[in-house]
Amino acid sequence: MSDASRRSNLPPLALHVPEPKFRPGDAVDFADVTVPPVDAARRPDTSERADAFHDLAFGLVRVLDMDGTAGGQWNPRLSPDAMRRMLRNMALTRAFDERMFRAQRQGKTSFYMKSLGEEAVSIGAAAALADDDMCFPSYRQQGILLSRGCNLVDMMNQIYSNRGDKLMGRQLPIMYSEKDFGFFSISGNLTTQYPQAVGWAMASAAKGDTRIAATWCGEGSTAEGDFHSACTFASVYRAPVIFNVVNNQWAISSFSGFAGAEATTFAARAVGYGIAGLRIDGNDALAVYAATKWAAERARTNQGPTLIEHFTYRAEGHSTSDDPTQYRSAGEPNAWPLGDPIVRLRDHLIGLGEWDEARHAAMDKELSDQVKAAQKEAEKNGILGHGMHQPFDTMFEGVFEEMPPHLREQQAQMRAERASAGVTVGGNL
Amino acid sequence: MARMNMIQAINSAMDVMMARDPDVIVMGEDVGYFGGVFRATAGLQAKYGKTRVFDTPITECGIIGVAVGMGAYGLRPVPEIQFADYIYPALDQLVSEAARLRYRSAGEFTAPITVRSPFGGGIFGGQTHSQSPEGIFTHVSGLKTVIPSTPYDAKGLLIAAIEDNDPTIFFEPKRIYNGPFDGHYDRPSKNWSAHPGGEVPEDYYRIDLGTANVVRAGNDVTILAYGTMVHVAMNTIETLGIDAEIVDLRSLVPLDIETIEASVKKTGRCVIVHEATRTGGFGAELSAQVQERCFHHLEAPIERVTGFDTPYPHSLEWAYFPGPVRIGDALKKVMKD
Repeated sequence: MSDASRRSNLPPLALHVPEPKFRPGDAVDFADVTVPPVDAARRPDTSERADAFHDLAFGLVRVLDMDGTAGGQWNPRLSPDAMRRMLRNMALTRAFDERMFRAQRQGKTSFYMKSLGEEAVSIGAAAALADDDMCFPSYRQQGILLSRGCNLVDMMNQIYSNRGDKLMGRQLPIMYSEKDFGFFSISGNLTTQYPQAVGWAMASAAKGDTRIAATWCGEGSTAEGDFHSACTFASVYRAPVIFNVVNNQWAISSFSGFAGAEATTFAARAVGYGIAGLRIDGNDALAVYAATKWAAERARTNQGPTLIEHFTYRAEGHSTSDDPTQYRSAGEPNAWPLGDPIVRLRDHLIGLGEWDEARHAAMDKELSDQVKAAQKEAEKNGILGHGMHQPFDTMFEGVFEEMPPHLREQQAQMRAERASAGVTVGGNL
Repeated sequence: MARMNMIQAINSAMDVMMARDPDVIVMGEDVGYFGGVFRATAGLQAKYGKTRVFDTPITECGIIGVAVGMGAYGLRPVPEIQFADYIYPALDQLVSEAARLRYRSAGEFTAPITVRSPFGGGIFGGQTHSQSPEGIFTHVSGLKTVIPSTPYDAKGLLIAAIEDNDPTIFFEPKRIYNGPFDGHYDRPSKNWSAHPGGEVPEDYYRIDLGTANVVRAGNDVTILAYGTMVHVAMNTIETLGIDAEIVDLRSLVPLDIETIEASVKKTGRCVIVHEATRTGGFGAELSAQVQERCFHHLEAPIERVTGFDTPYPHSLEWAYFPGPVRIGDALKKVMKD
């Protein structure tokens, strides 16, 4: 207890608890979100010292203006073919998300997470990285897998936990693992992949390899201790890694202020660690591409890590288990000043005379059919809850490389339990 | 053969494995140039270079997280946590990541890491240099937990752990780094020179994980112990003249239950000894398994001699430590029935 009488001349302290600007029912006005022109950000040499990135950590690297024109020092001047590929991959990701979201609503699986509005973050990065660079994603970078050509049916099999699921029904839907596509096993535990990516990058460097690592987390997850340890390790050993912070403004129901956004940017975190920091327009696929390409070159030339903050907006609920109308204004996604990443790249290509509305509509139809066909194929392997798709005793496999005696014993016990319940190994639950 | 203390044996194990496998790397706080606060990594950086043996920032979650990533790349990291008391910041990486990686990726990615960490009390280490947290790790599916009691075992088990493709927690009882400790803190300390466990081959050899060691055959009671407590138990029964069979578990997961079961069925009595706190400790698991398997052979209730359910005290250490008096009382109690 303090001595109240002696301290009575001091003003009382006040605890600041952040509050988002808009709650359900509020009119939305994002006028205070600064959107600088595309030529505002300089493009430094990839060997520039990390302590010189203050302006880029607080600015916003952009290539595509809202009218669809491209400009500024970061314009990667991609070929129309390359841009059409990115557009297609973004549209594929959206189509896949829509289909799987609906599958969850139809009760065909337990869970799904969309990346609506954030497609550029994954697709722009995947286009800029080499296919054998190792990605340590969070759960919202499915666009990387789709960009790298992962089979849709394989991904859906995982979502359905069915006979075709190579993770053998062990993992929650969307927690993919695709080593062949340089896509590290997704964990439910946030930001654990950050130091792991650094370790992978350090190993690559220690072995004299040429591959680099990239990792993603949301802005909310930057508050985890692993974020700090990863940044420290990456800086200390100059690890060839790219840190991506997907600032989509929301961590489930908590706005970015609860991760520290009221006081600074997430790119600015890099400055304190001695890491190059770029804050970019995350709804601008060309900016994502350009920044990733830049960071990859910096990493590949042993200049060390880069942290990229992708300033974007989570247009959908956090997951199929979330209802965003309970905590934010329904008007937010449409009012977001950086728009929709697919629309922006589409308009850019149309402006160049390299695309048109009819082709876009045809592409959407084709992708929708492709996803639908894949879904049909995947459902032949079963959907969640309709019978047991893996022999029940496989749950004991793979805990260790070789099954130790206590697990063999528990496996035998389970077989006996199932047998007394009249269930065979491959049979129904 | 050479005479080694446990630190030298552990150093030798890493030396042997680094020479055999270029993917073995050693990392941790102060392990590089300085050679470790207990000298366990002395000379390794000079011999193998800074990219294979290096100092790390002081961040346990970072050390283990980075090691998991290195393992995913294809290296075989041997990270050190300076004291087991400081392993907790790394728990998420160990429990949620290293232990689950093989399972959740159906074998696509693995974590072939060996986490070395000095543990245990008896050194006036107080609350944060004395703990025995093995029970936290034996509870985690996917982790192996190993604890040696002699220099010979330490080297053979550490080599096996490094070669193992599963993540292993390797706890080193620091009280017996320099010599076997019989629990008599008021007598001059011994070194390993006169103990058979101090004879250590200089070259490669391994002791398979999951194999217990019957360090003394006996007929009247089985003592289940590991680490420092193996030596304390041995001294206690010699002093009291009890014909006990002492089983040094060496590996808690996987557990050599066959050796335990055979011993208790022979003796009909069982005393479990560990430094760790009692409630939820590994002794509870041992007691349950012995009860399940040897119920009709038991002639007395199973006794547990453990640390008390308190934080590890400083000045009251020798009242807390499961020393000869406490073990002796338990033995007399089970022998009475």
